[in-house]
Amino acid sequence: MISPRYHREIPQRYRLEAGRCADCGEIHFPPRAVCRKCGARESTTVVLPNRGKVVTCTVVDIPPAEFDDQKPYVNAIVELENGVRLTCMVAEAPPDAVDIGTEVELIFRRLRCGREWEVLQYGYKARVV
Amino acid sequence: MRDVAVIGMGITKFGELWRSPLRDLHAEAVADCLADAGIERRQVQSAWIGCMSSGLFNGQEHLASILTDYAGLAGIAATRVESACASGGAAFRAAWLEVASGASDYVLATGVEKMNDGADATYCLSTAADQEYEVYHGVTFPGLYAMIAKAHMHKWGTTREQLADVAVKNHRHGALNPKAQFPQEITRATVLGAVMVASPLGLFDCSPVSDGAAAVLLAPVEVARALGKPVVRILGSGHATDTIALHDRADVSRIPVVQAAARRAFAMAGVGPRDIDLVEVHDCFTIAELVCLEELGFFEPGKAAAATSAGETALGGRIPVNTSGGLKSKGHPVGATGIAQIAELYEQLTGKAGKRQVKDARRGLAQNMGGSGGSCTVHILEVSR
Repeated sequence: MISPRYHREIPQRYRLEAGRCADCGEIHFPPRAVCRKCGARESTTVVLPNRGKVVTCTVVDIPPAEFDDQKPYVNAIVELENGVRLTCMVAEAPPDAVDIGTEVELIFRRLRCGREWEVLQYGYKARVV
Repeated sequence: MRDVAVIGMGITKFGELWRSPLRDLHAEAVADCLADAGIERRQVQSAWIGCMSSGLFNGQEHLASILTDYAGLAGIAATRVESACASGGAAFRAAWLEVASGASDYVLATGVEKMNDGADATYCLSTAADQEYEVYHGVTFPGLYAMIAKAHMHKWGTTREQLADVAVKNHRHGALNPKAQFPQEITRATVLGAVMVASPLGLFDCSPVSDGAAAVLLAPVEVARALGKPVVRILGSGHATDTIALHDRADVSRIPVVQAAARRAFAMAGVGPRDIDLVEVHDCFTIAELVCLEELGFFEPGKAAAATSAGETALGGRIPVNTSGGLKSKGHPVGATGIAQIAELYEQLTGKAGKRQVKDARRGLAQNMGGSGGSCTVHILEVSR
């Protein structure tokens, strides 16, 4: 991944910055140029809560090559306290400790090293509370 | 709009075809299709080519040029259509619209993918999901469908054994299809004992990585009648999109885009699920076949699994599903899949499906899906003799 592309997403990956529609209040993560609900183009920045529950999950045994050093790992869809959902890994727990309904919190972690000419890639993972 | 018919089909063997280049796979399917239709190359006016990712799989873009050139069709209008694994279905719909509009009389809808050419297939396929907010976090396609499966199991009590029965049934059908990549019968034990890919999905819950191509030729119904063959009319076409990210959908045990496309196709056709004699669905994973059958309206939500285990969707059952062997056994060269489904319906409706023939099949439905359900096409075909 080249650094401009990586840099662009840092507010979301490091700080969980979302967009709140200035007209209808819909929250988008990541922020959007156009509100999916009302079509408005103005929005303000809000920070997502970092606690939530697992909506669904899986244990990935056969990952793409760049995640090979982390297998097996848990992927989950997490619904945060304000209803926003996102996809992430669940770290620091044996795979069978994660299920639908498991309470988690988002933490900052390195996600992958990338190839040798690439930037190190950081972001959020979940951890069982 | 004019009524449109499918007047011929061609399909290559599906499999790991290391000696066949992308361009020749496509040319073989087109040549077989034109021979089947009894139409000369010079009569073809246009082609819509479904292909997901030749740029990543083969380093080759600009398929409109290279594939028409090598099919001996250089000069015609041609466009490559991409909608991930629904590329073939989207190409078919574009070809239908071109003939229906009156713009052209003979239009090819083709699909091709050569996935065994050195690229990391898991990575190439993952580009059909959200790169920054799903794939960045390690998500794979088996992983996305595994999360759908987990939610479906939680909500409806669907079991791994029931998922396995989808694969067993499709391999039984595929064993009757000479073009299938894996024409071997398997048992529940084979599926349940296979290595895990993304729990609860094991290797035999997943469709394979495949090379292959398929082509169908479309023409106005009057032209089809003049050929003196059974007329296979396109009765309904539905197309829909949804969010790319699975996490942005309210109920992750469902794939709502399928229902949206199906409603449009059924409304246009003026028929319902009870009027359909056979179905080709997008069983990229075993769970996908069950959820799609429910979204299409063939079963109530949560009921497709038990019906599958009871044999209702097998050849000879109430509503045969994936008589071709489906993506699981026939193979899944992604861009070719949507066209291969139409080719199967055409063979069935014209009574040329050999050992897998559904007796007196009159209407068939094909459902082709992109990504984790970000796009979908549904087509309904009807034969009159």
